[in-house]
Amino acid sequence: MEWEVVIGLEIHAQLATCSKIFSGASTAYGAEPNTQACAVDLGLPGVLPVLNGSVVTMAAKFGLATHATVARRSVFARKNYFYPDLPKGYQISQFELPIVHDGYLDIDMEDGETRRIGITRAHLEEDAGKSLHEDFQSETGIDLNRAGTPLLEIVSEPDLRSAAEAVAYMKKIHALVRYLEICDGNMQEGSFRCDANVSIRPKGQEAFGTRAEIKNINSFRFVERAINFEIERQIEVIEGGGEVVQETRLYDAERDETRSMRSKEEANDYRYFPDPDLLPVVLEQAFIDAIEKGLPELPDAKRERFIQDYGLSRADATGLTGSRELADYFEQTVAAAGGESKLCANWVMGEVSAILNKEGMDISASPVSTALLGGMLQRISDGTISGKLAKQVFEAMWKGEGSADDIIEKKGLRQITDSGAIEKIIRDVLDANTKQVEQYRGGQEKLLGFFVGQVMKATQGKANPGEVNKLLKRMLAD
Amino acid sequence: MSLDSEAVSRIAHLARLGVEQSEYETYARNLSDILSFIEQLSSVDTQSVEPMAHPLDASQRLRADEVSETDQRDKFQRIAPRTEAGLYLVPKVID
Amino acid sequence: MFQKSIPELARGLRDGEFSSQELTQGFLDRIRRLDARLNSVITLADTAALEAAQAADARLKSGDTAALTGIPFLHKDIFCTDGVRTSCGSRMLDNFVAPYDATVTARLKAAGAVMLGKTNMDEFAMGSSNETSFYGPVKNPWDLERVPGGSSGGSAAAVAARLAPLATGTDTGGSIRQPAALCGVTGIKPTYGRVSRYGMIAFASSLDQAGPFAASAQDAAYMLETMAGFDPRDSTSIDQPVDHYAGMLDDDLAGLTIGLPKEYFGDGLDAGVGTAVEAAVEAYRKLGAQIKEISLPNTSLAVPAYYVVATAECSSNLSRMDGVRFGHRCEDPKDLEDLYVRSRGEGFGDEVKRRILVGTYALSAGYYDAYYLKAQQVRRLIRDDFVQAFKEVDIIMGPTAPGTAFKLGERCDDPVTMYLSDIYTIAVNLAGLPGMSIPAGMVDGLPVGLQLIGNYFEEGRLLNAAHRYQQVSDWHTRMPAGFE
Repeated sequence: MEWEVVIGLEIHAQLATCSKIFSGASTAYGAEPNTQACAVDLGLPGVLPVLNGSVVTMAAKFGLATHATVARRSVFARKNYFYPDLPKGYQISQFELPIVHDGYLDIDMEDGETRRIGITRAHLEEDAGKSLHEDFQSETGIDLNRAGTPLLEIVSEPDLRSAAEAVAYMKKIHALVRYLEICDGNMQEGSFRCDANVSIRPKGQEAFGTRAEIKNINSFRFVERAINFEIERQIEVIEGGGEVVQETRLYDAERDETRSMRSKEEANDYRYFPDPDLLPVVLEQAFIDAIEKGLPELPDAKRERFIQDYGLSRADATGLTGSRELADYFEQTVAAAGGESKLCANWVMGEVSAILNKEGMDISASPVSTALLGGMLQRISDGTISGKLAKQVFEAMWKGEGSADDIIEKKGLRQITDSGAIEKIIRDVLDANTKQVEQYRGGQEKLLGFFVGQVMKATQGKANPGEVNKLLKRMLAD
Repeated sequence: MSLDSEAVSRIAHLARLGVEQSEYETYARNLSDILSFIEQLSSVDTQSVEPMAHPLDASQRLRADEVSETDQRDKFQRIAPRTEAGLYLVPKVID
Repeated sequence: MFQKSIPELARGLRDGEFSSQELTQGFLDRIRRLDARLNSVITLADTAALEAAQAADARLKSGDTAALTGIPFLHKDIFCTDGVRTSCGSRMLDNFVAPYDATVTARLKAAGAVMLGKTNMDEFAMGSSNETSFYGPVKNPWDLERVPGGSSGGSAAAVAARLAPLATGTDTGGSIRQPAALCGVTGIKPTYGRVSRYGMIAFASSLDQAGPFAASAQDAAYMLETMAGFDPRDSTSIDQPVDHYAGMLDDDLAGLTIGLPKEYFGDGLDAGVGTAVEAAVEAYRKLGAQIKEISLPNTSLAVPAYYVVATAECSSNLSRMDGVRFGHRCEDPKDLEDLYVRSRGEGFGDEVKRRILVGTYALSAGYYDAYYLKAQQVRRLIRDDFVQAFKEVDIIMGPTAPGTAFKLGERCDDPVTMYLSDIYTIAVNLAGLPGMSIPAGMVDGLPVGLQLIGNYFEEGRLLNAAHRYQQVSDWHTRMPAGFE
């Protein structure tokens, strides 16, 4: 039996405001429990919500960036259920009339294909507090600091057909919300959370199978593993004669499996109705137009421009536009290096990214400024140093030892390009390795590499490889 | 609309409302009476009528994104039934 | 002293005839002496009152001439008062000392008014007789075996017995106007959005409004002006300047057109009440008003529509009462379910539970369209009836309640009969219009109320019409026996 997988993702992005969606309490991360939960957040008798204007702007930005409709009129609704981290006994969310709907994102797959993933809706809602189960014996502690933090819930159409697609889509949304500066995307802190709805159906069948929802996955890797586990599980269940149960499951990263959650609300009758404490959010076209004008260059457009203007490959352009900061870094480096976009691309995606990853740093914290890097890359392209030796220069710059020129000077790393000097060294190498010379002239052309290595060793890597190759070939042929 | 004790029990659970077994019948009767009374609404045709959630034709005012509340945890928790280490405590919840 | 009007009291305070502390002490003594019969006060805030009076006296000395400086009032126990218990007439909040002031509380404080205490009310404002309170029923000072009306029964009874010159109330389906009628005092519910709801414990959010009780329209005008105003903490608060109601009281009524809905004078109306109301209308004719018959065809649907909308909203509003952060918590909960179910089961009385259950049902899966959606559609029809009517008339008048005060315990067994006590007042809340009740007669020694309904934000016109009537009648000056 051939199975097709159907996946839909629900992503909760915490909007990067400084105060809550319905109150003036702070949203700063890491505060002492309940020190950022004001009367409104606590749901004390008599309190009322007032809408933070920033969240509307942020939601509109998202809608415009995903070719969606930004609703001129949207309504907040109450989602009623009981749980201790939900102080009012209802969550203020949006139901029938969300602020954004009917958008899409194009994702690039590894095989070069582009798939269009529909975004059903994106709506505003408030986050709940946190439950702490570990610290108390027979009790659970509730911290309501997070209660009232604004969320944008982004719901995809069930258009994804593999875990890989799901990850690609999730990464694209992640990059987009950071580009738009509406969410910091920090998954460790819970600013970006993903629920996956997974079902399978026999290939060719139109009807969807029963889906299971996997909740609160907070890394790209876990999303992929959780979905793959779930697919296998569902196939096993059905092929074993059983039926998939519609339920909520949690991904256990340690065991790499999904587990059924003891439901917190068995009868999921949320009794949605428009929140009478809030009025409909009405947006003027002029307001929406102004936001559209102020949008930054979006990842896809930037990628196309990089391909066009910098002559980069699609893969390189995609890598460099992964974040706005990285893209800006690249462009500024190109400017500082006076061109050489391919060289810059290689270095930014290569050495620079590698060391940032190793040190767990963000590009914005790089001690090597674009000016410094650009300066060094100029020395490669003008032949002052070889690409190989440039690595040494880079490491020294990273440690703060100065500019490329300073370091080249201090360590004497100038490339030897003078053919006379190189010829002399080649002569010495050939004289010291007559056996290999004979073997080479006898047909073992692979030995050229050996001679090159010897010359490089003798010059401590400073000989210009191109010149070495050229002269070696000539002198060996003599 | 007539409700029986089983229905009362179901709705009471949705509302997390403790109702004594002995009271179910009375509640069922009361609720049935009230719901029958409400049935009158179906007598009028409202097909093309827009539902009215608010009496006034106004739209939501927006607040500036500013922090305006300070930490009042002590004051708020003074009236709480059960707290410890700044947290509100409830019987252990198992997910 | 206790029968003086607000302007008289204000003048007396300004002229140094008496101090706010003396005035306050006088009313506190009166409450202590007489309230046992009425049970209208839940919490007497005597220490705080005298402190506030002292501060008011200082302000008066330095030349403060604001209308309410130093004037005592009673506050319905539905408004949060920082440091003073706010019970909402419920066991659920019996131990709830609010950690903040409602906006209305703050406004009255800022104006220098002196809060004497918190008044009794139907539990969570659900009731029309003040018999559902955890603290026992309130008695009508006109006949201690009868109800004062509800839910603001405590405030109405207290003002009727002049235990305070002013009191606050809230009105969701008639809870200011109906008790005002049954107790023979003046009460006004302003336009929805006129007075802030922040800190006013919510019953039905799209219907609730706060307003004053007073012995006269003039006194009520001063109180309402102070209570009203835009509040940025309330999204449903309307940003519109408050009229100087007290300055409009003496406006001429010539040219005023009054509409009498024929639906308000049909079956179900007590004959005596009808006669009294007709006499009041006659008085308006003599004052120069034109009287017209109008129709509000969807009137009979108002009560059923209300009992869907209000119960749906309150079922959700009361979910926050769960024993976790404040209020009643059951002993030794064995798990989370038990905590919720028992705390709420013990904390709420029967009527509240009934309404939560009806509301939950109306919103539950499969019933939303038939009940909630339908009710909101009917609501629009009811509102449109009024919009039509106000094209032809300036003020709509009729009886506030279908009868006079009924006996305690008479309607407790049948919720629907109780609900019909609000038949003339409920539509006004559904439409969000301002409405008021003034004393307009007596039937067998029990007060009759005349209801005045105005167009949006026409509180000034209502108070003006009421005041002119009170200048040519004396129903509002009568006092119940034993309280003079």
